[in-house]
Amino acid sequence: MINLRIDDTPVQARPGQTILTAACEAGIRIPTLCHVEALTPVGACRLCLVEIRNWNGRLVPACATPAQEGLDVVAHSDKLTALRRTILELLFAERNHICAFCVSNGHCELQDLATELGMDHVTFPYRFPSLPVDASHPKFGLDHNRCVLCGRCVRACSEVEGACTWGFSGRGVETRVEADLGDPWGASRTCTACGKCVQACPVGALFEKGKATAEQVKRPEILAEVTERRPRA
Amino acid sequence: MREIKVPVTRIEGHGLITVELNRAGKVSRARFHVTEGRGFERFCQGRTVWEMPAITARTCGICPVSHLLCSAKAGDAILAVHPPRAADKLRRLMNCGQYIQSHALSFFHLSSPDLLLGWDSAPAQRNVFGLASTNPQLALDGIRLRAFGQEIIAALGEQRIHPAWAVPGGVRSPLSPEARDRLAAKLPEAMRIATDALSLYEGGIAQWGDEIASFGDFPSLFMALVGPDGAWEHHDGRIRLVDADRKIVADGLDPARYLEYIGEAVEGWSYLKFPYFQERGYPDGLYRVGPLARLNCCDQIGTPLADAALARFRAAAGGKAVTSSFHYHWARLIEIVAALERTKIYFDDPEILSSRVRAEAGINEREGVGVHEAPRGTLFHHYAVDEHGVIEKVNLIVSTGHNNLAMNRTVTQIAHRYLDGQKITEGLLNRMEGGIRAYDPCLSCSVHAVGQMPLKVVLLGPDGDVLDAVVRTA
Repeated sequence: MINLRIDDTPVQARPGQTILTAACEAGIRIPTLCHVEALTPVGACRLCLVEIRNWNGRLVPACATPAQEGLDVVAHSDKLTALRRTILELLFAERNHICAFCVSNGHCELQDLATELGMDHVTFPYRFPSLPVDASHPKFGLDHNRCVLCGRCVRACSEVEGACTWGFSGRGVETRVEADLGDPWGASRTCTACGKCVQACPVGALFEKGKATAEQVKRPEILAEVTERRPRA
Repeated sequence: MREIKVPVTRIEGHGLITVELNRAGKVSRARFHVTEGRGFERFCQGRTVWEMPAITARTCGICPVSHLLCSAKAGDAILAVHPPRAADKLRRLMNCGQYIQSHALSFFHLSSPDLLLGWDSAPAQRNVFGLASTNPQLALDGIRLRAFGQEIIAALGEQRIHPAWAVPGGVRSPLSPEARDRLAAKLPEAMRIATDALSLYEGGIAQWGDEIASFGDFPSLFMALVGPDGAWEHHDGRIRLVDADRKIVADGLDPARYLEYIGEAVEGWSYLKFPYFQERGYPDGLYRVGPLARLNCCDQIGTPLADAALARFRAAAGGKAVTSSFHYHWARLIEIVAALERTKIYFDDPEILSSRVRAEAGINEREGVGVHEAPRGTLFHHYAVDEHGVIEKVNLIVSTGHNNLAMNRTVTQIAHRYLDGQKITEGLLNRMEGGIRAYDPCLSCSVHAVGQMPLKVVLLGPDGDVLDAVVRTA
């Protein structure tokens, strides 16, 4: 076993476990957004940033950093809360997140994080980008206005379903999730309409068509349920 | 040109009245301006049809239910489905709750201070607090009645304001037996309050003779939805227009083809459009909508207490249409009674508890029109969508818009009667506001505009110089 400290609490981890998993098993909550069990951690959202005291206070993503012997991890501090809240504010300012009529209102990880971290307003100017809704798929829809670019759909599609329909196009603030190199989703020849991407999506960006405001409840845990039942390679 | 500008308060939104005087110092015309624009018709483009009820409900905090239900109906048309029978009844039940709460707000909270404390009483007293000190029972009754209406809405949609409950194809959730029983127990008290208020109004008519004759008393057309047998209708049916003699001018008009008989004129001095009945041209095609129009258009209401009240209402005009907009208040009180009687019918109907409340379908039509009677009058939602259900075009015609021409006629009539000289007196100011308030306008909805509503009145001379101006903040 590996011995480390998280928020001054001694914690044990098995080899290969990340700081996030070790913290989770020890009952220490670290906020996450791009992370979901069963998918490869990518450290994209940076909400799970923790500070390593004995690495000169370096900030690392807990989801993608292996637990190591003797680490002295700070998971909660005023500085980390301020950083996490800033990241959230930037996410809200970047696209058009209007909870009032969102399909995921009340069942949204982004909304829950804002509540958890006490983000009651956004201090950055909103960008108000003009973004489309792709409703071309017979069963599902994609609203770029609500996408946080966490990539959970992209990973669920390639790692669990194996269809590799989703990918990213563009760079930086222009990045978009796209099906089959930019085709409308409904025209995709690789999509199996399995809906795993919709269940993986933490917000209302991917949704089941016909769902009205606040009706879309997601079950990202199905990804782990599916993979755990599979025979190991 | 000389002009008086009057701010209007105790209504929903922002408004301004200007009164223009001629060289002889007499009123040449008065205009009611709506001074904000919002742009719902533009920013809904690109959203899906399933979101529209919740988006358009945000037009207003007083009539979200009306937009919700009307939008869901436009969605039904695009899905090409009929909602299940129980869903239709539940939507109607919610609309009854909406009539009760909205009409109670208009009468008890906003207008009764003028009627009961007097048009010339001190402005500091002439409000719901003044009412509470002189007639605490009535003020409390008003609050209770409104709360009952809101409770019906909350029992169905989980929240009193902006429930996202009606959806294309039906409604999201059924009514629970517990909620029905809880509400049914409160019905008798609500009915007592409504009938008391109706008696109070009918007893006061004699003392308001002067105001009744000058608050928009003119012949005009009236437009409303009526049921298949000409009955009072609040959620479906076909369009009927009657004239001041209650002669039917047009009947059985298909609401979906409203563009063929309703024109919309635009004037540079108001954000609110001016709808008119095309056959008569602009501005002769002036028509009124709302409670007064619904009662003038229908043959009967269909429930005993409301029909008895309707008979008294009709008798007051010798069987012709009631033409004074002052009596919008009367019509509103009769409609509260009607809505309460309908609510009882729904509560007694076992089907109201059915859980089959939603028809599922894809996009089957590229265009859909929803029509509905909001408390303030006929409401149209017209959407065009692409093949996947993404909105391409939105047109909303709201009740306050229909009444725009009539409200302008009303303020002109009041200015003629009560403006004396070149000063805006408190009595004139309050009567002008009262004339507008009789329509219970919702300016937020009408221009799909946000905000509170202070009203301003400006008096302009023949050369356009400002003689007097009064601003009343909300």
